[in-house]
Amino acid sequence: MAGTENSQKSFGWAATDTSGLLFPFHFSRRENGSDDVTIKILYCGVCHSDLHSVKNEWGFTNYPIVPGHEIVGLVTKTGSDVKTFKVGDRVGVGVIVGSCKTCDICQQDLENYCPKVIFTYNSKDQDGTKTYGGYSDIIVVDQRFVLRIPDNLSSGACAPLLCAGITVYSPMKYYGMTEPGKHLGVAGLGGLGHVAVKFGKAFGLKVTVISTSPKKESEAINRLGADSFLVSSDPAQLKAAMGTMDFIIDTIAAVHPLAPLLGLLKMNGKLVTVGLPDKPLELPIFPLVLGRKLVGGSDIGGMKETQEMLDFCGKHNIIADIEMIRIDYINTAFERLAKSDVRYRFVIDVANTLASN
Amino acid sequence: MAKSPETEHPLKAFGWASRDTSGFFSPFKFSRRATGEHDVQFKVLYCGVCHSDLHMAKNEWGFSQYPLVPGHEIVGEVTEVGSKVEKFKVGDKVGVGCLVGSCRQCDQCTNDLENYCDKQILTYSAPYTDGTITYGGYSNLMVADEHFVIRWPENLPLDIGAPLLCAGITTYSPLRYYGLDKPGLNVGIVGLGGLGHVAVKFAKAFGTKVTVISTSINKKKEAIEQLGADSFLVSRDPEEMKAAAGTLDGIIDTVSASHPLLPLISLLKPHGKIVVVGAPEKPLELPVFPIIIGRKVIGGSAIGGIKETQEMIDFAAKHNILPDVEIIPIDYINTAMDRLLKSDVKYRFVIDIAKSLKPE
Repeated sequence: MAGTENSQKSFGWAATDTSGLLFPFHFSRRENGSDDVTIKILYCGVCHSDLHSVKNEWGFTNYPIVPGHEIVGLVTKTGSDVKTFKVGDRVGVGVIVGSCKTCDICQQDLENYCPKVIFTYNSKDQDGTKTYGGYSDIIVVDQRFVLRIPDNLSSGACAPLLCAGITVYSPMKYYGMTEPGKHLGVAGLGGLGHVAVKFGKAFGLKVTVISTSPKKESEAINRLGADSFLVSSDPAQLKAAMGTMDFIIDTIAAVHPLAPLLGLLKMNGKLVTVGLPDKPLELPIFPLVLGRKLVGGSDIGGMKETQEMLDFCGKHNIIADIEMIRIDYINTAFERLAKSDVRYRFVIDVANTLASN
Repeated sequence: MAKSPETEHPLKAFGWASRDTSGFFSPFKFSRRATGEHDVQFKVLYCGVCHSDLHMAKNEWGFSQYPLVPGHEIVGEVTEVGSKVEKFKVGDKVGVGCLVGSCRQCDQCTNDLENYCDKQILTYSAPYTDGTITYGGYSNLMVADEHFVIRWPENLPLDIGAPLLCAGITTYSPLRYYGLDKPGLNVGIVGLGGLGHVAVKFAKAFGTKVTVISTSINKKKEAIEQLGADSFLVSRDPEEMKAAAGTLDGIIDTVSASHPLLPLISLLKPHGKIVVVGAPEKPLELPVFPIIIGRKVIGGSAIGGIKETQEMIDFAAKHNILPDVEIIPIDYINTAMDRLLKSDVKYRFVIDIAKSLKPE
């Protein structure tokens, strides 16, 4: 463990091996520097990436790992150079806590694409120590990577916006999915998908949910406000919807066929993939060429855009649909998440349930 | 009673056709429709030989109609115009590319994107509105709706310029649409054949810095000295590819054989784009992580609309962009196809129809 630089005691839950089971874990955070903000964590969303990471499914986990990158909390300390936040402010921290800040990419407010980006957990921080995420009591973050939470949004339900929200908001802006009247397909109705539906409606789009489970239809339409629902395993439904969508946000994290989704696109349509399957997908070329269609990717968003997204949510009253849990439920929550058994994000009530022994 | 190709229309015509999947060409008598009020009739002077002609002659895509007269890089001289034709008169030099019809009413057509219309009619081997099958430019005479006829600029050579009508628009359109036409951008061109060599010329004319990516070092000298490429990458050399990682704003991929995308994706800067214009039959493997982490795009493109084709021809005339061709007589076509199959041409054959195509 590092020496005097890490001088704030911290407590959280960590996984120590590929079983992915989490247990209480004591560690420490750095002292609050001049640019830093120390945050008492109130809530932390449970992202599917947390599950992939604790089990080392992507191959780059460095144990012990304290996940969590959908953090909402209260400022308890501010560094001498911090002007935009004060003690008591309600703030958020998302997927990244650092970048080089000086390269072309950072200067364009695209810190998430900086080659030296530092992730909220499982990353090497500037001082050489490992970053630990939000399944813990406090976090110390450079002010550039701290976000203001709009006053009218409830903390717990706002937490998932910090990853799920920006992950779908950013490509919706970048790929031009904001023109009212256009038709958006949302493939996969989980943490990412359900927020994409809400954003889609807020942008004035016609939204169709594309899912393998017919059971989700009533909820998609009646609760989330989708205009229609397509069961992708039903060839007749797929055929009837061919060539009807301007865009598709593909949130599906498992390997799945792209051909049917490409068929749903109109000419010049765009499919944006934000789910992270662990194997390559098959990409049929003819539909791309004959229809001038494209497949693009997107990865969260920069800090400026993440703040813009939160402010947009404040304006349109958009929050995630969550199931609040105690920290000691986390291992069960992960099992349920693996089976997509959650509507649509677990959020850990950290402040009330995380107690140091 | 079913009419034969010779009798289905009033005007006698002749050309060379492939009659079966061997793809072997031989003389063929057929007929053309009378010049309708919106039609332009022209005698064919030159016709480029596109690799699509070879695929279609052998029915490799499964929708060829025999006898098949290919050719969709057609240049000629107007001999008659219909009563309502306004844009052309007898004696004008004109071109026809890959399309001779579309519905003219859908969203795509009204946005000058006839090439994406569901009901587009290909210049050859396609059902026309009168129920007959279209025949292409390996023939002496064409009749086409004025909307699909391109005005040929005076200073653009008729013979050398013909391949622009397919190869040209196929590479010009995506360079524009995907924003790879801005001065200073780094653009990669994969494959140095009919499409690739014209792509290099357009990309240079747009002021971009061009890197040719090829499996064969043999093409390097020509790419740089003759085509004007700025650099050359051998895609099978891992060291060269690694050194070039993350340097390209975009790539135009003209290769129609199956090939791995990951090495090309790695060449892109973040937010970079790969545009596929060759059409491999089988799906390619798409590694998802690199396109998400770098917000990269893989898109396709197919020829271009008529308005853009005219714009491209005018651009080529203005900037002196000419394909590199080998002019051949029509009776060389079978040998030419054999050579094309082995990529043994720099970089397009063009048939001198006027001089070599005679009725039997």
